[in-house]
Amino acid sequence: MMMRNYDIEGLLRRKNSIIKKSVGLDYDSFEYDGIGFDYEKMMESTGYSFADIQRLQDGSMVGRTPLLELKNITRYARKYAPRGYGARIFLKDEATNLSGSFKARRAAISVHKAKELGYEGVIAATSGNYGAAVAALAAKHGLKCIVVQECFDSAGLAQPEILEKARACEAYGAEVVQLSVGPELFFTYLDLLDETGYFNASLYSPYGIMGIETLGHEIATEMKEKYGKYPEVVVVTNAGGGNLTGTARGIRRAGGKDTAIYAASVNLEGLHMASDKDFNRKSFTTGHTGFGLPFATNPDRTDVPRSAGRPMRYIDRYFTVNQGSVFFATEMLAVLEGLERGPAGNTSLAVAFKLAQEMKEDEFIVVQETEYTGAGKHHQPQLSFAKKNGIEIRFGKPEAEIPGENIVLPKSARDISLKELDLDRIRSSYLKRYRDQSLTDEDYRYLADELRVDTEKIKALLKEMKA
Amino acid sequence: MLGEGNGSMLIKKGAYVRIRKNILPPGKRAKGIPEDTTKVPFKCWIKGRLLEEGELYEEARIQTATGRVVTGEIKEVEPRHKHSYGDHVDEILTMRETILREAWGDDDEKL
Repeated sequence: MMMRNYDIEGLLRRKNSIIKKSVGLDYDSFEYDGIGFDYEKMMESTGYSFADIQRLQDGSMVGRTPLLELKNITRYARKYAPRGYGARIFLKDEATNLSGSFKARRAAISVHKAKELGYEGVIAATSGNYGAAVAALAAKHGLKCIVVQECFDSAGLAQPEILEKARACEAYGAEVVQLSVGPELFFTYLDLLDETGYFNASLYSPYGIMGIETLGHEIATEMKEKYGKYPEVVVVTNAGGGNLTGTARGIRRAGGKDTAIYAASVNLEGLHMASDKDFNRKSFTTGHTGFGLPFATNPDRTDVPRSAGRPMRYIDRYFTVNQGSVFFATEMLAVLEGLERGPAGNTSLAVAFKLAQEMKEDEFIVVQETEYTGAGKHHQPQLSFAKKNGIEIRFGKPEAEIPGENIVLPKSARDISLKELDLDRIRSSYLKRYRDQSLTDEDYRYLADELRVDTEKIKALLKEMKA
Repeated sequence: MLGEGNGSMLIKKGAYVRIRKNILPPGKRAKGIPEDTTKVPFKCWIKGRLLEEGELYEEARIQTATGRVVTGEIKEVEPRHKHSYGDHVDEILTMRETILREAWGDDDEKL
């Protein structure tokens, strides 16, 4: 019987064999003896070179999106910067990709791989843009597609943004499986992989991450060719870590060794992601700290044994911004630059607007994505949905925003403010699970690579934790 | 697609419907999840064409877009999209006015 009432224990016991069958990669072959694994070996295991990835994306009408200079927004930011400050703000208009977001870059590679390996269909677990991307690319390759969404709370309410994504997936011919709030989504996902034998188009496979490398590569190459230098800063909206990882790898690949990679997430501190009550008290379904922090401190909490998205290997600085400031940035992009784009993609824009003011005026800061906008996926339905759910919308200082209680819109662009996260605290939470373990030299070297510090620093952080 | 039959509302075979299925009852939810979530069932909603005549809120089989056959309770016939551009939000208009005034006006903090 299809969609049986599965038993969680049974699925967990068979988890590894189901996953192995569904990704076409033998993750065991990357494992070290101790805690770590060979990340670069895994990234090279796809059988695709960077040139292959570019060719596959070109063939799918994905990538090579415009890099736009936001002259009016730069001018606006400079009003609040000291004389001689206010970096030039650029934006990579990823909304122009097939299906409307950078996620098409990931899907192009995953779906191609599925086709090449002879799978009949693909499955992805996502309530976001990735669903539409996989559905669109599956349509193009003539494969079947199932998208599994965490969608409704127990009152039957769903974020308008998620409903829009379901509609888009259906429009591309996919089957959408909508679920209640809760981490059991993973079991449904396993059950469906098991039932259908489809390819697991995981967001976190090496295919998915390699697909984003072109994004970083395009930014670095185009800036260098047009302006004679790599950008000083690229700001990346961070959730599961794949966007940041792929972009950073692509920039490095293109030669942008000194470009700083800044992560940006919407601050949703205090809201529990698996809580039925909290689910609809947030106005962002991605790009927020509820994903950004857990995935930074434990990247392998995904639907594959080892995630290819490992943000802490690349982050130079990590900023959070409140929901109200992102809505303000969304409005700014529309009325000053004529670009109506979806709010979640503008998280990094809100951050860049503020950071540009601390940078010199001959420096470059790049906002690395935009996403499409449409019914549901727009600040007006998102704010009216929040109001209906009892969230207070008001003007004030963004620092006063309490996620789940209110949304504080800045009353002036001057008031947009950021919070910088302490990377050592994130590193310590990553290391917590090794606190009582005796580690080998190889383990320490692995952790040093994972957290982008030296082994002495790892030892010091662990020691500090024990004290 | 709703038809009359023996006093109850029959839904014709082939109608496009949304079904609901309970997957886990409240007591059987995964371990370690927030308490509020453990108190509610874990459910699933899928759309497809009815494989046989059915009745609203009764169990029926559907065929989904990928061709899978799924059983569940019929929740909705010819389900409509309920999301939109939302109600007027005056705060957005106020932000717009602020942005245009600040960006194009001459109030420069350095002057």
